[in-house]
Amino acid sequence: MTQDIINDLTIQAATVNGSGSQTANLVLTRAIFHMGIPVAPKNVFPSNIEGLPTWYQLRVTPEGHMARSDKVDILIAFNVATWHQDLKTVRPGGVVIHEEAFSTAAAPTDVNYYPVPFSKLAKSKIQNDTLRKQLANMIYVGVVAGLLGIPWEALEHGVKRQFLSKPKAVQVNLDAIKVGFDYWQDNFSKKDAYRLEPMTGAVEGKVLVEGNQAAALGALMGGVTVVAWYPITPSSSVCENLIAYSERFRVDPATGARLISVVQAEDELAAVGMAIGAGWAGARSMTSTSGPGISLMAEFAGLGYYAEVPVVIFDIQRIGPSTGLPTRTSQADIGFAYTLSHGDTKHIVLLPGTVEECYELGRDAFDYADRFQTPVFVLSDLDLGMNLWMTPEFKYPDKPFDRGKVLSKADLDRLAGEWGRYADVDGDGITYRTLPGTDHPAAGYFTRGSGHDEHARYTENADAYARNMDRLTRKLETARHELPAPILDESSKSSIGLIAFGSTHAAVLEARGTLAAAGRPVDYLRLRALPLSDEVTAFVSRHEKVYVVEQNRDGQVYDLIRLALPAELVGRLRSIRHYNGQPIPAVAISDPLLQMEAVPV
Amino acid sequence: MSVTLNRIGLPRDAYKGAATTLCAGCGHNSITNHMIKALYELGVEPHRLAKMSGIGCSSKTPAYFVETAHGFNGVHGRMPALTTGAHLANRELLMLGVSGDGDTASIGLGQFMHMIRRNIDCTYIIEDNGTYGLTKGQFSATADLGSVQKKGAVNTFQPIDPCAVALTLGCSFVARSFSGDGKQVVPLIKAALAHRGTAIIDIISPCVTFNDHDGSTKSYSWVKDHEESIADVSFIPFFEEVQVDYEPGTIRDVELHDGSHILLKKLGEDHDPSDRRAAMRVIEEGRAAGHLVTGLLYLDTEMKDFATTEHIPVRPLKDLGEAELRMSKEQFAHFMSEFA
Repeated sequence: MTQDIINDLTIQAATVNGSGSQTANLVLTRAIFHMGIPVAPKNVFPSNIEGLPTWYQLRVTPEGHMARSDKVDILIAFNVATWHQDLKTVRPGGVVIHEEAFSTAAAPTDVNYYPVPFSKLAKSKIQNDTLRKQLANMIYVGVVAGLLGIPWEALEHGVKRQFLSKPKAVQVNLDAIKVGFDYWQDNFSKKDAYRLEPMTGAVEGKVLVEGNQAAALGALMGGVTVVAWYPITPSSSVCENLIAYSERFRVDPATGARLISVVQAEDELAAVGMAIGAGWAGARSMTSTSGPGISLMAEFAGLGYYAEVPVVIFDIQRIGPSTGLPTRTSQADIGFAYTLSHGDTKHIVLLPGTVEECYELGRDAFDYADRFQTPVFVLSDLDLGMNLWMTPEFKYPDKPFDRGKVLSKADLDRLAGEWGRYADVDGDGITYRTLPGTDHPAAGYFTRGSGHDEHARYTENADAYARNMDRLTRKLETARHELPAPILDESSKSSIGLIAFGSTHAAVLEARGTLAAAGRPVDYLRLRALPLSDEVTAFVSRHEKVYVVEQNRDGQVYDLIRLALPAELVGRLRSIRHYNGQPIPAVAISDPLLQMEAVPV
Repeated sequence: MSVTLNRIGLPRDAYKGAATTLCAGCGHNSITNHMIKALYELGVEPHRLAKMSGIGCSSKTPAYFVETAHGFNGVHGRMPALTTGAHLANRELLMLGVSGDGDTASIGLGQFMHMIRRNIDCTYIIEDNGTYGLTKGQFSATADLGSVQKKGAVNTFQPIDPCAVALTLGCSFVARSFSGDGKQVVPLIKAALAHRGTAIIDIISPCVTFNDHDGSTKSYSWVKDHEESIADVSFIPFFEEVQVDYEPGTIRDVELHDGSHILLKKLGEDHDPSDRRAAMRVIEEGRAAGHLVTGLLYLDTEMKDFATTEHIPVRPLKDLGEAELRMSKEQFAHFMSEFA
């Protein structure tokens, strides 16, 4: 028998969408996490309510790699429609747990098969008629537990945790798991090398959070009070979670008053319009959407920029163009979001690279919006937003809200009413505003998306127009220096650098290990905001070659960096792109990089 | 010379705005004056007023009244969204939206309808001239079938009637009027401002430059010849006592949310403004007879507005701070532990 493979494996469950398999997968994930073993789940699901194939990949590594793996060790084949295709993904020596009825006639011979009569077991052993279909999935959790040696106590934890709000469901689910567990014990002896063993030191203090949960918590702690949204995958769960959290934390128990207003708008135009209206009136406001919604929001984004209204726009990116693949991940909105709207429009874009940053930047986005009086885009993606990620617990905010330059009645009294809405008195491009409702005769001004002078008066004057546009440039320049700086790791002391952002981060961390082992260690700059920090140019100047890695076809950030670099540095940049909708695996970075470095893979 | 002051001590001039840049004789300028009169007589505090608009000739007008109030001239057809957001941020604001027929019945029809559906507390005035003025005279969607453009083109499409649309959506306040009929427009504006919910007033407002000729049903002469008021409207604000002598059965008196009263004096056939189907019938019959029916068509003072339904506090959400909006450290720690 080959040497045991302990705590280092990838399980792939191939099931049918809408059959309840996601619950089974989450129970399995939580059970393994409870053993102290790092987990990295990726849910690959169709744009469909019921019936199409869906896959759940659960990667387990002692190092805590969080990126998707492109190799499957253990296949749980529950869907006859994808059975033959799924078999091809299993690596030699791997495991296939499958419905006994599936034909193994043409199946490869270098993997270990454990056929289980799932349908028959469900019919004979699960008494609950209404839940039989859902509970059938739990049977495979039991089989996997038997196969890998997951302790019963961990399974119990997984089920209880998954059904926190439905304690009645715990026992029936455990019973179903027991059916699979017993079937394993009674019918199989171990033929493969995979095992799980409890670990210590890897997951202590860690929690499992989806990026959209983190973003919702960030918005809540960032003080959002007006939310307008239109449902769209993969962003819906941002607002759905926010609604759920608000029911708990934003309802005044004494009066029943809600300290937040959430509107499900008629479309994305209205959603962002409501958020901008609220931002103008002084509330912290937001909307959340994905690519198609961003397209619709272009007009209002320009108004927000030009009229200088704070608003936070979460874009949980999915694959485009157009409807694209609605349930697949991407980083292809970044170039568009950065300059969203006609005319010379440019926005602040925040780029969370972890779920912790979905929380932190999701929270701080409201400070940036208020401080710079402009729309702030938070660009997450489906991988970050809808998958569970292992993360350190988030930190309680250590600073109060920054509401920016707002003149109160007292301020206006002190200024004897002398002020100009778009007058740059501080020289940083950021002007003062008043909020509607300010009880001072000089408070009111007329906000417009048409040409205006320093006092917000309509003008078509050429100089006044250019002056204002130059000030807006100056304002973004101020912002550029105050936005979250890139995270640098030059500990490799390499002549090769790598720049990435967003959910690519996990794959970069893993690829750096591979690259170092292959004799090509790389330094790393992780971008966290647009406009680009000066650190980017400095980083490129310190490295002979810099690879920009991103999840879009056109190398959108590669292009932005090239535009920002002095001519003599432009030639140092290389582009690595991954754009098939699957979360980027480490090999999608290390393989092309080594190839371009002419190192045999 | 003494200046008359209103109940909060402001002269009428305090409700004026910048000089209009619209054409001389434009109906919109009359409406602006009606608004100034209504706001002055009501004694609205300028700082509590938020003037909202979209794009077009009509949408420029918020610059022409109450200069000291905040205003927002947004993007085409999107005034309802901006108004909704601003209202939710600060329920103490008096939201006054001004829109046009292009803004409302074409590019912004969806937002117009959804705002009504939600019953957002605001006054929504449509300055309706049946034509695109700023782009020089194209038909709008409220132009009547068969009406003629200045250069002779005939409209071959059915009109969208904002009042009929509003009624089908259960709008809580629906009125129609004519820019030249200040006696009717002013009390309607006051009542709309006093009403809690979406109040729609479709005001036919002739475009003297592009749509004031023979063959137009939005011209001064056509409206003057065809206007049929369903009732004389008068408005008694909450700070005045109702003192009207009338024969029993000739007046309907409806109390509004703030204690104001709207009095409707029967002219012809008695119209019950709480009867939505009757309102639809009045519009349809007027159209069939070639009349423009004006007045308060429908009023429902019972329907809850959005913020009330949603339990949004009257104290502005914009004023809430960290203490109210952030969970405590203990709550946060407990919340995080739920993700373990």
